[in-house]
Amino acid sequence: MHIVVCVKQVPDTTEVRVDPETNTLIREGVPSIINPYDAHAVEAAVSLKEKYGGKVTVISMGPPQAEEVMRRSIAIGADEGILLSDRNFAGSDTLATSYILAQGIQRVSDKEPVDLVLCGKQAIDGDTAQVGPGIAVRLNIPQLTYVMEIEEVDLESKEIIVHRKLEDKKVRVACRFPALLTVVRDINEIRYSSLPDLIKSARYKPKLWTQKELGLDLQQIGLKGSPTSVSKIFAPPQRSEGEIIPGGQDNPNEAAKVLVQKLLSTKIIANK
Amino acid sequence: MTVRVIEKNCIACGLCVQACPFEALEVKGDVAVVDPDKCTNCGDCVEICPADALALDEPPKEMTKKEIKSVEDNEAAAKEIKKELKEYNGIWIFIEQMDGKPAPVSWELLGEGARLAKQIDTELVGVLIGDKVASLAGEAFSYGADKVYLVENPLLKNYVTEPYTKVLVNLCKKYKPEIFLFGATSLGRDIAGAVATQLQTGLTADCTELTVDESSRYLMQTRPAFGGNIMATIVCRHRRPQMATVRPRVMSMPERQDGRTGEIIREDMDLKQEEILTRIIEVIEEKGSAVYLDKAEIIVAAGRGIGSKTNLKVIEELSEVLGGTVAASRAAVEAGWFEHTYQVGQTGVTVRPKVYFAVGISGAIQHLVGMQTSDVIVAINNDPDAPIFKFATFGIVGDYATVVPALTGEFKKRLNEEGLR
Repeated sequence: MHIVVCVKQVPDTTEVRVDPETNTLIREGVPSIINPYDAHAVEAAVSLKEKYGGKVTVISMGPPQAEEVMRRSIAIGADEGILLSDRNFAGSDTLATSYILAQGIQRVSDKEPVDLVLCGKQAIDGDTAQVGPGIAVRLNIPQLTYVMEIEEVDLESKEIIVHRKLEDKKVRVACRFPALLTVVRDINEIRYSSLPDLIKSARYKPKLWTQKELGLDLQQIGLKGSPTSVSKIFAPPQRSEGEIIPGGQDNPNEAAKVLVQKLLSTKIIANK
Repeated sequence: MTVRVIEKNCIACGLCVQACPFEALEVKGDVAVVDPDKCTNCGDCVEICPADALALDEPPKEMTKKEIKSVEDNEAAAKEIKKELKEYNGIWIFIEQMDGKPAPVSWELLGEGARLAKQIDTELVGVLIGDKVASLAGEAFSYGADKVYLVENPLLKNYVTEPYTKVLVNLCKKYKPEIFLFGATSLGRDIAGAVATQLQTGLTADCTELTVDESSRYLMQTRPAFGGNIMATIVCRHRRPQMATVRPRVMSMPERQDGRTGEIIREDMDLKQEEILTRIIEVIEEKGSAVYLDKAEIIVAAGRGIGSKTNLKVIEELSEVLGGTVAASRAAVEAGWFEHTYQVGQTGVTVRPKVYFAVGISGAIQHLVGMQTSDVIVAINNDPDAPIFKFATFGIVGDYATVVPALTGEFKKRLNEEGLR
């Protein structure tokens, strides 16, 4: 089976800090990484390939330096990487991004029909979880979001059985493919790369496709093709500073007594 | 007369391109460029520019007749778009349900929607789809809906993306809502992304604040970005409906008004089994108290500061005496002390309990965004400089291993005394 995985290069948001003076993001020194959920999607695709045979193609939209996430994917075991990169893509929101990626996947599929498209459940910089469903709609294939387990693939009947993770339940779903899956972290542990994969990845150069090669409609990409725009950016609101109850170190029993009294007097605990 | 670009200030962010009602701006290379044939000098772009790179201060010049005509044509064209947008009316709330059980975020959204609807003088509509779910329409009215669109069909019994999307897209095309809101649940985020793409409109994920601009009727959608490090306000200017998913438990639950009624409009949809490629085999309910994390009134959460899994006992004891629920920071989950379902924060669950105890949690922004709307936050940490103390209602600086058992003992004593438990 032929599996396409969508990956994104993101700033490691756990390393992003905000300048308290200017309320702007401090981007310097923030490492770029493969979106962690996407790495799990690559791992899932490679595992499927090992079990059922086939090929894993990784696709990404981003600046030229996003090549790095292609190499990371190759190191996990992907076979081929395609980078969709063009100045005209800049400023694309989720609607425009899903158009660009879907067109890229369509082009891949025209040469080698695609059975499954895998994405991470969301990217950690945008946290929208909208591009996956957007691609599925544009490719006119079913979508299965928040997949935590791929139970079975039946290549004969072209049916896949997965477990989807919802807030307080799991749902076991069967679906005809081609289909698009978005995966959560529970789906797998990412392997340590084999030496051959590491060597291959270090030298790997992905294919580069631009707007012209993909024949994309300029009205549907970049800022023009993006219905949403940012009108304001600001620092998150701070809660007002509270009260420190003294004695935590020298006399914890007394501190506990004071705190319990305060909490009980607000009635919120007593009311329970 | 056109707007002037101060090139040295321009950061090529593109905000002006989207703000321009006449499509007169474009970012070329690293700078915004004005198309003088289209620019009407309206100033919308100057207002939005974050870098003071646009100005209207060029001296006005006499316009030729041709220029005047072109400006008028452009204005007419811009109004034409607006007229098209004017056909869209009403604030719609997706009433999420599973097995006839409504998701509380639907009612929270009705409360929020009522406030917005009043501001722009429009109707508040609940959209209810499923199988045998009509009784929920009454609930929607009691939480503020003026009208409910109801679609019932056996094929809509369990949530499956394809038929649900088809129904919502058809309803939107027929009745043209101005604003359409969903809960940012796994179901809501699954369907909203599909519907917005089919309608080719904008969608903003996981909003934590909504307002409307009364003159432009723009929905100002605020959400955390970059892992909660900053807040961004997003707007969808030229397409409708304006769609957003809204994080559960951020908007407050409206007061129920029993006996309030409204209009139910039933719609039939032509759905065919063979068009649905996805089928639900089984629904497995998850066990464990973590399920109730988002509904818990008292939460005792542990972070990396508790040092090891064996120390969880003191956390559990405090939680037990209060009838609460334990939870964890991302660090504690990544250390393997808790399952992911216990995680509070940006990549975990958002909680809004009455009391949140943060034990050994430093208070990274990713954690704070998931619990900062708790009524009371109690922080216990041995580092007096931990950011969590900036957010806490009450804080105790000290070793959790002595402070927490002291709290447990004191609560036990007092709650027994007062005969509350």
